[in-house]
Amino acid sequence: MATTEKRLEVLKTYKIYIGGQFPRTESGRYYVATNSKKENLANVCLGSRKDFRDAVVAARNAFGGWSGRAAFNRGQILYRIAEMLEGRKTQFIDELIKQDATRTQAENEVNLCIDRLIYYSGWCDKFQQLFSSVNPVASSHFNFSVPEPTGVVAAIAPQGDSLLGLVSVIAPIIAGGNTCIVLASATKPLCAVTFAEVLNSSDLPGGVVNILTGKVAELVPYFADHMDVNATVFCEADAAIQKLIKEKSALNVKRVVLYDKVKWANASGQSPYFIMDLQEIKTTWHPIENIGGAKAGY
Amino acid sequence: MILTKTIPDFSLSPHVDQVGIEERASRFTKRSIKNETKLNGLMLALNMIDLTTLEGKDTEGKVKQLCYKAQHLHDSYPGLPTVAAICVYPSMVKTAKTALGNSGIKVASVATAFPSGQAPRDIKIRDTKYAVQNGADEVDMVISRGKFLEGEYNFVFDEIAAIKEACGEARLKVILETGELVTYDKVRKASDIAMYAGADFIKTSTGKISPAATMPVTLVMLEAIRDFYYKTGKKIAMKPAGGISKSKLALHYLVMLNETLGEGWMNNEWFRFGASSLANDILMQLMKLRTGVYQSPNYFSID
Repeated sequence: MATTEKRLEVLKTYKIYIGGQFPRTESGRYYVATNSKKENLANVCLGSRKDFRDAVVAARNAFGGWSGRAAFNRGQILYRIAEMLEGRKTQFIDELIKQDATRTQAENEVNLCIDRLIYYSGWCDKFQQLFSSVNPVASSHFNFSVPEPTGVVAAIAPQGDSLLGLVSVIAPIIAGGNTCIVLASATKPLCAVTFAEVLNSSDLPGGVVNILTGKVAELVPYFADHMDVNATVFCEADAAIQKLIKEKSALNVKRVVLYDKVKWANASGQSPYFIMDLQEIKTTWHPIENIGGAKAGY
Repeated sequence: MILTKTIPDFSLSPHVDQVGIEERASRFTKRSIKNETKLNGLMLALNMIDLTTLEGKDTEGKVKQLCYKAQHLHDSYPGLPTVAAICVYPSMVKTAKTALGNSGIKVASVATAFPSGQAPRDIKIRDTKYAVQNGADEVDMVISRGKFLEGEYNFVFDEIAAIKEACGEARLKVILETGELVTYDKVRKASDIAMYAGADFIKTSTGKISPAATMPVTLVMLEAIRDFYYKTGKKIAMKPAGGISKSKLALHYLVMLNETLGEGWMNNEWFRFGASSLANDILMQLMKLRTGVYQSPNYFSID
């Protein structure tokens, strides 16, 4: 006998992304993501400090391979991420609409994210030339400075939007050869987890990007004081948290990068300077026979 | 001789229930060890380490550096114990002995054509004597796995007994190389042979073969030690080696030791970890407990 009962939808489990895998949080906790109409959207992992610790290990292990790749290859992989995002556009638009965006807003946001990835894909093997220099020195040395990735970056994505902030923060970090742990927006976490699935199917080695979901206030101290993290990125204007990050980061002299005034939706939300925020400048003194008419200097 | 009366028929060594032993071993990983207990456990584990360097590229400089590390694990943490011993090749024993001075840290030397054990017996005995004469406090020998797998148990027994004699005062650790013995039954049999032949320690692995020490294999050996103790009243020490590089795993081993052999074995006279990278992981965990901050390997000496 044919039944006329309505089919139950199979809901997606939103899990975190660590080392190229999708584990549940080690703590076993979750919270319910809702929208402005108080509809329950999903049960989302409430990440713990141990998830963060595991993610740092994954990011550290991935750093050598990722930073050692040819810059051109990193560009290809960023382009691939954009391609995969384009292919799953409708899913992201649906999720954004669930999280209070209108269709036009949602479409614009996803398009902008794809374009932004392409933008940074192009910069991968070009910013080095722009920001390197050959330095005039008084001795017989060829002296040059080049940017190098700072290492493992712990970033707290902009909390106000679901996808654009996340992509705008991640792209310059990995374009420059760093690996990262990113805490997604707590109130709008859906796209972050789906974006992790995009990353996972786009040739990006596991561990280069790790995405956690959870509460900023709970996790921020660990983002700032972990000794194996080289830089912290924070995008909110909360002065107390900014102070906390600066103090705790002093422990191992982390770079602290604050993006509280950036408008991610504008053209000013993308620039090679975002890549340079997480680079170190290495200067090399290479002995040479002579400069001009001078005699050998060594 | 007196021994022959007490030596059992090794073909009657008990069989090991593979599923049971693996299940039992996995239970030990479920204990919750926090705060003060964890701190004490980590300190104990640190004190049980045989800090090891067994590479073809070892130099005197490297061994001296390791000996320094053994005495100064992490000076910014006052009150740390030292490791139990330094484990090196026979040619490095003298260097290690001099570098360690009267620090109380023992020098263990591998011998008997480590790691393969494929050499005539007289060479193995000379190898052992050389290590002991240079000052080794402990000798780590390998059994002839080929002979053992051929069923030549008497050969293996006699060899261990001969090396024990060559050791003199030095304590003898017998490496079974469980990764090559294939089954738990054979591990159990090899453990029994080694203990009856005069081993002071039984040790899982050389560290050159994968798999090295695993929890189930160690449990089989601990149970062999327990049965031997009940039969003869003689305590035998245990040393899992290879593949134990994380503090958490070391704590699991300590739980297993405590629940199998009891407190009498919970010190570095009766239990050792053969490891090179475990020490730094424990140090990182200790610093985490002390400062509340997750640590980075960058701030700990390599050796």
